[in-house]
Amino acid sequence: MLALHLAYWQETILRLVIGLAALLGLTGAVVYLYLFKFVSFMQSRLGPMEAGPYGSLQLLAEVGKWLQKEDVFTERADRFVFAASPFVVILSTFLLFVVVPAGPTDEVAHMSNSLLYALAVSAISVIGILMAGWASANKYALLGGLRAAGQLVAYELPMVLAVIGVVISAGSLNLQHIVAAQSTGHVFGWSGIGNPYILTQFTGFLIFLIAMQAELTQTPFDMPVAESELVAGYMVEYTGIRFLVYFIAEFATAIGFSAIAATLFLGGWGLPASWGIGHEAMHVVGPIVISAKTVLLTGVVFWVRFSFPRFREDQLQRLAWKFLIPLALGNIVVTACLKVAF
Amino acid sequence: MAPSKPQLPGVFKGLGVTLKEAFKTMFPDGLAKPPSPSRGAQTVQYPREKETPANRSRGVISLHEDNCTSCMLCVRECPDWCIYIEAHKTLAPPRRAGGKPRAVNTLDRFDIDYSLCMYCGICVEVCPFEALFWTPEYEYSEFKIADLIHDKDRLEQWFDTVPEFEAYESGSEAKVKKVPPKGAS
Amino acid sequence: MTAVTDRQKLSYIAQQAADARINVELETEGMTLNLGPQHPATHGTLRIVARLDGEQVVSADPVMGYMHRGYEKLAEVRTYAQITTLVNRIDWLGSFANEVPFILAAERLMGVEAPPRAKWIRTLLFEMARVANIGLFLGEMGLQVGAVTPAFYAFRDREFVLNQIEAVTGGRFHPNFDRIGGIKDDLPKGWIEETKAVMVKMRDFCDEMEDLLLGSEIFAARCRGIGVIPPDVALQYGLSGANLRASGIDWDLRRDGNHGLLAYDELDFKVWTHPDGDSFARFWVRLQEVREATKLVDQLCDGMPSGSIQAKVPRIIKVPAGEAFVSTENPLGEMGYYVISTGDLVPFRVKIRSASFNNVSITPWLLRGVYVPDIITILGSLYFILGDIDR
Repeated sequence: MLALHLAYWQETILRLVIGLAALLGLTGAVVYLYLFKFVSFMQSRLGPMEAGPYGSLQLLAEVGKWLQKEDVFTERADRFVFAASPFVVILSTFLLFVVVPAGPTDEVAHMSNSLLYALAVSAISVIGILMAGWASANKYALLGGLRAAGQLVAYELPMVLAVIGVVISAGSLNLQHIVAAQSTGHVFGWSGIGNPYILTQFTGFLIFLIAMQAELTQTPFDMPVAESELVAGYMVEYTGIRFLVYFIAEFATAIGFSAIAATLFLGGWGLPASWGIGHEAMHVVGPIVISAKTVLLTGVVFWVRFSFPRFREDQLQRLAWKFLIPLALGNIVVTACLKVAF
Repeated sequence: MAPSKPQLPGVFKGLGVTLKEAFKTMFPDGLAKPPSPSRGAQTVQYPREKETPANRSRGVISLHEDNCTSCMLCVRECPDWCIYIEAHKTLAPPRRAGGKPRAVNTLDRFDIDYSLCMYCGICVEVCPFEALFWTPEYEYSEFKIADLIHDKDRLEQWFDTVPEFEAYESGSEAKVKKVPPKGAS
Repeated sequence: MTAVTDRQKLSYIAQQAADARINVELETEGMTLNLGPQHPATHGTLRIVARLDGEQVVSADPVMGYMHRGYEKLAEVRTYAQITTLVNRIDWLGSFANEVPFILAAERLMGVEAPPRAKWIRTLLFEMARVANIGLFLGEMGLQVGAVTPAFYAFRDREFVLNQIEAVTGGRFHPNFDRIGGIKDDLPKGWIEETKAVMVKMRDFCDEMEDLLLGSEIFAARCRGIGVIPPDVALQYGLSGANLRASGIDWDLRRDGNHGLLAYDELDFKVWTHPDGDSFARFWVRLQEVREATKLVDQLCDGMPSGSIQAKVPRIIKVPAGEAFVSTENPLGEMGYYVISTGDLVPFRVKIRSASFNNVSITPWLLRGVYVPDIITILGSLYFILGDIDR
């Protein structure tokens, strides 16, 4: 885009800073829009209104509150693991975000098999949660951590299988190629809006949404965190800045997964027209488009979160193993047959 | 977990309910007009906006000293014994010329301790001389608990806020009572 | 409404067996979990000491008394009007309903009967207390299973009912409106029309709860087959109210007792029962009861007789010596007052039979072998108020 020639290390730092700013900016926007305002409107109330105009600075106030709390360790906690686990979780989120394309050549890290990398790296958060559960030296945190790990691993599979349908349709594991395939594709001969895979891979999209909700441990899959309102699951011993990191990680992961879902199913940064892929203006318009689609999908996540009761852990597992995985496998078979036939 | 009948799972109806409520809050006048959530929300942004309480709402008790004869009925009947009365006898001029001077009670102290008051209204009800009245005022929070004891003058000030009694529903045989005129000494 | 299938029951048992094996391997036997007394899931200061084996409850004991306020002792040194005030605070959500059985018992001792208009207004406020109380349960049951939004809707729509109660009595939560021989004051102008409009809103609220919770597959998965109380066990433990009717027993004191005391003999209403006896059934029965209560309020508003609101009673009330027990179908169940008077200004003894105390007594039996998340569901569906348990 710019005709500058930066050294490799300068460019890396610039990319990392822009990526981090984008992720945190989107997270803040989503927290305000959905956690404070949309849920309040759903509940016939206004939400925070005092901090800043219409409560827009409430997130800053909350961050400030968490930052000034005392850093507490339980006596028998494994200090290093206990301190590191929030950062492992947020690291996994950021690693997921680096491959989301925001324009024709605008991702933080160029990779040829970016989708494979994204799915693999999203599983690192499981390690962070297990670290939290184990290091807390609290039997309940341990049980919560194990339950969460079981849930996250169980729902990785439907997620991956749902995505395979998209890979078959696009013929590539590269996220940029998938965006291009959606923009320039056609639905049964008509290429007016391209071929966003939400239309042809609707089952895959639904499975991905459900699996995403479970990966984020949001209601209706938030038993690890609500733990029957007894304890906060694996996060029970955390306070202060470490809890803040978990809080941010929860919403940042929502952004990360929604961005991946928007790229895979809604057409990513591309607009459905031939100029919507190659034009130079897409370097500017692209980030706006992908941000809008991400925020839209995150809205769906939060809409579902605040409308439903939660599953019990065994019901949740049964849903994944006995319903979603067979459905996703069936989706792959049908997609493959149709791809070969047409 | 799949639904047994081929219809939309009930969970979608739930989603529809919450979305409908969100729209009702954001667009109370329908989608044609601009959004105004502050009117659509069911909450009231106190202290910027205030709700008017009902006419009979038991906010605070007021005293009309002219009617009080220190009969001590309210003190006795209060479940919490939060009313403190001290009075002394004085001689008032006779009603008719040539009669005896009358002994009347004059209030020295009439305190209601609102940190104890249960807002039950038994004192207002048992007063035979209609010296106590309810008013819907509720904004008298204090920083110190001791300030929650309202003395005679403060209770008389509340009397200015006493609303007139409302008319009754049709079919009622009760008579509407009258509040004594305000602004008198 | 399908009951739980045998296959579902067998699979629940199989899960518990599998869990038990895992619990042995992880050495999680013998954990003691204290639910409460401060806890978001119990409605107040109830403490349940549960001994767990991993995920499953081995034994559960409720510990009550954290909110004991000594009502029965207080009543020995308070006049009847003062007791009426205090008694509002036993079941604080269905506030007027607490006064009614006490006043009826005192009236029986005095041999006084309230005039028809007073009886109808008493019944009207009684049913509105039921709508307010059980309406909140509907939202708050959603909260127990994890849905946060229904609770907000319940509080929002309950405000309308409370505003109407405030317009008549002056107090939203503690009306203090019942008097021996009648009620304190009459209805203000325009109140009947407003109340009927509020009841329309409450019916819409019930429909919303039905769509949001009752129709949700997730709610059904969490509540069906959980906490099944067979009818004979329900009777043995002295359950009452919707808990009893959800186990299939057709018993409602409004229809089956208290003839002539309140206005129910002249009203037309249905008593709802459900054969399953699980948490879902208890929610379903209470939802129908709220709807039925709104219809009762409409009937009461339409047919309100005219007349006086207070029978002739002396100014200083001295209840003649005697004993009387009156119990009514309160929102939480059967609440009764046993009043012993020796002819004095204050009663000699008032014994309060509260519904929640008996409803909670079934928890040791009911909570054996359930999973930890189900404890919360079951406690929520039994629906007790701590003020009612502890008095």
